[in-house]
Amino acid sequence: MKLSLGPLQYFWPRERVLAFYESVRTWPVDIVYLGETVCSKRRELRFDDWLAVGESLAAAGKSVVLSTLALLEADSERLTLRRQVKQGRFPMEANDATALGLLAGRPFIAGPHVNTYNPGTLAELAELGAVRWVAPVELTRDTLAALHEARPAGLETEVMVFGRLPLTFSARCFTARAHNRPKDACELACRDDPAGLPLATRDGQEFLTINGIQLQSAEPVNLLGEMSALRDLGVEVLRISPEPEGTEAVVRAFRSCADGRLDADEAMARVSGLYPGFCDGYWHGGAGMDWRGRPE
Amino acid sequence: MTTQPMELVCPAGGLPALRAAVDNGADAVYVGLKGRSNARNFPGLNFDVKTLRRGISYARALGVKVFMALNTYPQPDGWASSTEVVDIAAAEGVDALIVADMGLMRYAVDHHPDLPLHLSVQASATTSDALEFYRERYGIRRAVLPRVLSIKQVAQVIDGCGVDVEVFGFGSLCVMVEGRCMLSSYATGESPNSCGVCSPAHAVRWQETPTGREARLNGVLIDTFGAGESAGYPVVCKGRFKVRDQVFYAIEEPTSLSTLDILPELFNLGVRAIKLEGRQRSPAYVGRVTRVMREALDACQADPELFVPRPEWTAALADMAEGRTHTLGAFHRAWQ
Repeated sequence: MKLSLGPLQYFWPRERVLAFYESVRTWPVDIVYLGETVCSKRRELRFDDWLAVGESLAAAGKSVVLSTLALLEADSERLTLRRQVKQGRFPMEANDATALGLLAGRPFIAGPHVNTYNPGTLAELAELGAVRWVAPVELTRDTLAALHEARPAGLETEVMVFGRLPLTFSARCFTARAHNRPKDACELACRDDPAGLPLATRDGQEFLTINGIQLQSAEPVNLLGEMSALRDLGVEVLRISPEPEGTEAVVRAFRSCADGRLDADEAMARVSGLYPGFCDGYWHGGAGMDWRGRPE
Repeated sequence: MTTQPMELVCPAGGLPALRAAVDNGADAVYVGLKGRSNARNFPGLNFDVKTLRRGISYARALGVKVFMALNTYPQPDGWASSTEVVDIAAAEGVDALIVADMGLMRYAVDHHPDLPLHLSVQASATTSDALEFYRERYGIRRAVLPRVLSIKQVAQVIDGCGVDVEVFGFGSLCVMVEGRCMLSSYATGESPNSCGVCSPAHAVRWQETPTGREARLNGVLIDTFGAGESAGYPVVCKGRFKVRDQVFYAIEEPTSLSTLDILPELFNLGVRAIKLEGRQRSPAYVGRVTRVMREALDACQADPELFVPRPEWTAALADMAEGRTHTLGAFHRAWQ
């Protein structure tokens, strides 16, 4: 099984981003997705900067993919995407129908924000040129298995196995709202939240994470306990989403577990102290926020 | 383009609501079949083939179109029942099938090439390029835009593509981009995409406590209502939560979308249809909101320059709005 590092979902200062990807060069990941998928106002790195990061990672033997914005609204965002797809250096991950249309006819990756729920859609994606699809995060194990089984030849399956789940996007910026600012005058408030802004219920349950126009799960998903099931299914790529702390340890735990050098319990022990909690409910067919931590 | 009238597209969760919409001035009604194939999969709602036929004949007799919504994303166990809906839509001769899933669009194009397709709001298409993608590949004729675009952005979409554009005009407000929201399944296991529901009723619990009336969704406290506060249905996006040590509507207040004030702008931009939300609403509600919007659209199209919403329209819509307040939502940039 290959490991991938998903696109950075948060807005970090430029130096932090560059330092992060410098260290990723030595991590045991096979594929690295780069680029801004959440908000076009986050411009600490320009597209050319991402290309340069990509070159550095490619030189370190990583397979690099450029991810597109999940929610396009302004015409300027559409035109920017049109420019971005013209680069031919790295394959791209399409995260909306705008990108699907622009990338059709050449090899691309259908990202987790493309709604892929059935083999009919998989066939469409393959015909458009997709070489890999990333499962929507709410799929259950059984649905994933059925889709994976029915996928067209040449289409790889990727599953998000670690990180805060990207649950939804809005026109509204919830970080700006929490700071009582309109989106047009957000002052890039999300730069102060390297792991997003926690949202709790009134009785104190950690429930969601605010990340600009995106809402995420409060806790990272963690499918370490399902590694043997993922292996049995034959899933080709496991995605880990960058968090500000602990990502390298998570990557190494998954790699060791995938290679059979650690069993699931040992691997889980290596990451369990790094985060207050986890979720895996979608995998088991329940509420996404639930946590079981082991196979049924 | 601006000389073409805007169509009023009204919700019909059942035959009585369909009649109410038709009788009060709808140009088109949209309906769903029972089951997971549509995003208003509530108990007691929706049509079977027999009531659909009666609905179509009632609407047709008065020159009103019938659209069928098939706007969830079927999973393998629901695929056959979804393609059956496509077959029924074609066999019964609906005026359009409103669809979100690419696999189903391919099925419809391959099996029923004459069945007109509209792109559902659940397809999350927000740019002219996205709409062109669906038009070129599946021949969609119209698209319902997600409630995330400002007026200026709607104009850019219309100018950039050859697809008719429909926007939401009144009703409950999705704060998130439709078709991309898993908040409900995150809390309950069931979402609009996967099951055709948002905040399923079986997961809702009301509880009187010393601090107030609690609304929980699968155990998650969505809000606590004090004496005298009106308690809305607990959906995640309309709850009060704690962020940065403050308790507030961190996502959105309980409020409705209303475009009454901007109908002339939508008309002048070339919006081709105004959709009213609410297949889960009562026939009385559907009849009233249809009547108000019919009068407003007629007045707007007769003279867009001089259009001023009448106080009685505003009052009637406010009376029907969630939380009794309404907003222009994303149409108005400041909301964002």
